[in-house]
Amino acid sequence: MTTLDTPHSRRPDWLWYLGLPVAGLIWWLAYYQLIPFSEWVVSQLPVDRHSHTGEAIAFFVYDVPKVLLLLTLIVFITGVLRSWFSPEKTRAILAGRRQIWGYPLAALLGVMTPFCSCSSVPLFIGFVSAGIPLGVTFAFLIAGPMVGPVGLGLLYGLVGWQIATIYLVFGFTIATLAGWVLGQMRLERYLQDWVRDLNLGPVDDLPAEHLSFVDRLREGVAQVREIVGRVWIWVLVGIGIGAVIHGYVPEALMLRIMGGEAWWSVPAAVVVGVPMYTNAAGVIPIVEALLGKGAALGTTLAFMMSVIALSLPEMIILKQVLTLRLIAIFVAVVSLGILATGYLFNFLL
Amino acid sequence: MKTVKVYGPGCARCATTEKMVKDAAVRLGIAVTVEKVTDAKSIAMAGVMSTPGLSVDGKLVHAGGLPDAAKLDAWLSA
Repeated sequence: MTTLDTPHSRRPDWLWYLGLPVAGLIWWLAYYQLIPFSEWVVSQLPVDRHSHTGEAIAFFVYDVPKVLLLLTLIVFITGVLRSWFSPEKTRAILAGRRQIWGYPLAALLGVMTPFCSCSSVPLFIGFVSAGIPLGVTFAFLIAGPMVGPVGLGLLYGLVGWQIATIYLVFGFTIATLAGWVLGQMRLERYLQDWVRDLNLGPVDDLPAEHLSFVDRLREGVAQVREIVGRVWIWVLVGIGIGAVIHGYVPEALMLRIMGGEAWWSVPAAVVVGVPMYTNAAGVIPIVEALLGKGAALGTTLAFMMSVIALSLPEMIILKQVLTLRLIAIFVAVVSLGILATGYLFNFLL
Repeated sequence: MKTVKVYGPGCARCATTEKMVKDAAVRLGIAVTVEKVTDAKSIAMAGVMSTPGLSVDGKLVHAGGLPDAAKLDAWLSA
């Protein structure tokens, strides 16, 4: 071990402990200047504040810094919290859980475990070959994107805690129930052949990594760099669409196509939502604008859930391990759960 | 000669990891062959569930996210 003195520029720990409250204060001050800032920007432009264009621009100028600030905070906190979790630990917890509460546990761990959809195939194989039942694995895979912290946090910040809570409860329930239903269907025979025949011997256990608290803060910052650096463009597009809806779409039209009276609007929202590919950060500004214009809650929830939870690129990745038939059953079960949620809320409210 | 395998389906982080390994090897003056494993089946067979994963001479040392530079040096020179 002669190499540990290599020149890695690392900030000393005290700088992190000092920087964290300072960054928090700056964030807080910026967050409470959002309305004055957006009103000031619009007042500098040669447009009437209450015209369609003025409304749309005000929405955009208010939402862009707000969503980026929220996103940074949520991704940082999530990055720090998730440093206590890993797919390997989750697998060890879930392995052999055939009891009924394996499903909610898997959904909960799906939210907390760090994984990117690009490695969902190795993760899937790792789970199934360790004896985790297929349905439990599905509950994990559905919950991860569906009730991700980014979506929930933005929903909380942009639409309010009531709807964020409803979303959390129902997203979690759908993941658990869909996993359970899929588990009851005995779908192992619809795995791709090579996955079924795969016999993984005992795998190497990774040496446990010891992270200090500052290491975890570093992980949070690394996540912010990576995720905010990747999704900001989706955020701008989403807010742009939200701004157009907010400024230009007449309420009467919105009520007709996404109102609670239109029974077909819930399935239509799912059909439109599934092939749409964006992430939570991009879709929630659209949700904010839709609800503001009087779209029914159930229809909007159904749209949002199907955009976030079911995505075409992920299906294509999963095609490596699942047959088309199994993918179709998976999509159908999750869609049914989303439809039920949509109708339930349109009916109740 | 050490054999290092980088497991990953070709994400940006996997390419960065590969570069980190090569740079570290040059800096430390250690002869290293770097092999990229991109096939999902082989990645899973190696026991890697979160990518990029890293093995040195057949022993898995890291999975998920970029490896820590100081630890990487230690693995290579161990």
